[in-house]
Amino acid sequence: MNSEEIIKDTKAYYCLGCGVCTSSCPVARVIPSYSPRLLVEKTLLGFGDEILSDKDLWSCLTCGRCTSRCPSGVDYLNFVREMRVEALAQGQEGFFAHDRILNTIMELQSLELQQDRNFWITDDLGVAKEGEYFYFVGCLPYFDLVFGEGGFCDVGLLSIERARNTVRILNKMGIKPVVSNDERCCGHDLLWNGDLEGFKRLAKLNLKTIKESGAKKVICVCPEGYVTLNRDYRRFLGEHDLEVIQLCQLLVGELREGKLEFIENDSGDSKKVTFHDPCSLGRIADIYEEPREIISSIPGIELVEMERNRADAVCCGTSGWVNCSSCSKQLQIDRLREAEAAGAEVLITACPKCEIHLSCAKYNSDIEISIKDITDLVAENLA
Amino acid sequence: MNKGFEPNIVGFACNWCSYAGADLAGTSRIKYPPNIKIIRVMCTGRVTPAFILKSFQSGADGVLVAGCHPGDCHYIAGNLKCEKVMEVTKRLIDILGIGKGRLRLEWVSASEGGRFADVVKEFTEQIRELGPFLEKSQG
Repeated sequence: MNSEEIIKDTKAYYCLGCGVCTSSCPVARVIPSYSPRLLVEKTLLGFGDEILSDKDLWSCLTCGRCTSRCPSGVDYLNFVREMRVEALAQGQEGFFAHDRILNTIMELQSLELQQDRNFWITDDLGVAKEGEYFYFVGCLPYFDLVFGEGGFCDVGLLSIERARNTVRILNKMGIKPVVSNDERCCGHDLLWNGDLEGFKRLAKLNLKTIKESGAKKVICVCPEGYVTLNRDYRRFLGEHDLEVIQLCQLLVGELREGKLEFIENDSGDSKKVTFHDPCSLGRIADIYEEPREIISSIPGIELVEMERNRADAVCCGTSGWVNCSSCSKQLQIDRLREAEAAGAEVLITACPKCEIHLSCAKYNSDIEISIKDITDLVAENLA
Repeated sequence: MNKGFEPNIVGFACNWCSYAGADLAGTSRIKYPPNIKIIRVMCTGRVTPAFILKSFQSGADGVLVAGCHPGDCHYIAGNLKCEKVMEVTKRLIDILGIGKGRLRLEWVSASEGGRFADVVKEFTEQIRELGPFLEKSQG
């Protein structure tokens, strides 16, 4: 796609130049040279080729704050994505974090390798080879090696326990999910880093694996995985007949029917927690109230809101393992301080990447708030 | 098995011990298989999992990392750091489906030209047994 096609596709020609995007952008607040408005305006004035080699193109967090606020409906998210496809074709890249290891892992998964990713399944977990529900584990086994205890970038996370907890919750609900050794990365990061071909390869392999298991419903815990399977697979590979469900949606359904019971809290103490909306879950998938309903229904837990919540929530600082910088750290520290200012002892999130990024920032600071995933919280309190 | 298959091996050798060891093997006219392509690093502590994955992605069938014996590191403990990283990397490539047998860490000192040749010979045979990592890397 050339610049003109990108302008047409993302309706960039509607840009009023009002600057709501730039003033909403969390990156622009920290790095003044980065401006979504400038990138769009430059393209409209015919300097599209210039921004392809601009390193700022890779600073976008694809958090969607600008897109959700734009008064004329310019799709800045896809503007950046399509520009990145072009930039990548010209040999440009962002600055990859962690020596590019996570992105290489994703690319290697698009080869026909026989993975051994189900190492975490213990005997007490009920999983199946075929069935109605497919549990899409996502990157958790790999995150465990990189960010877990003894991993390359040890920030003390137990990512794989999340996968176990998810199966435990599903088992309690009477679901024996399919967990496949042939599942691959969903391709989210490749897609948003401009590697459309790599994304399609992964997507095809995943759809094949899910269909072979006979599953009709796919349960995702990671919001990025949910958005990718539900929206992007349909967009780039055509319609599929799978029902994609985010775990929070499933839990809320059970909760409203009274099927989900939590351990009673007799002590009378209540713990203050706050919820950090992941970009993909909130602004992109429009799931705001479900996690809040779940958290509030757990006895002994009081939910307090941060100043910037729901559609105004800020990103955890990096996306797609690209351009993790002092700007990212600043956003993360600000977010953790905001949670502390709200009076919360625990910051709850629903995305493994938010947890990784915020934990990384916390690891190098004196902030004491603890960070927890909603899945782990639910599993711990389930009666 | 795999007739005519010549393994493609990437070797990361530390400047102070193993690279000098490889040099000694050469100057002493000790023969070792030409399948290994040596990349000199200042210390094995510099070798990250990304190096290993990138090698496999670029068509290597095996990766050999060679450094100073424990206690001999020019930078005190770079080789021990590498040992820890390689342990996790082996798990990682196993889970990815590359197979941990394709990665080896060895200690070779500057005076061990013969040992360097032996290690390369043995590892090349091991990879030959395992066959090509990807069919396309054969071409």
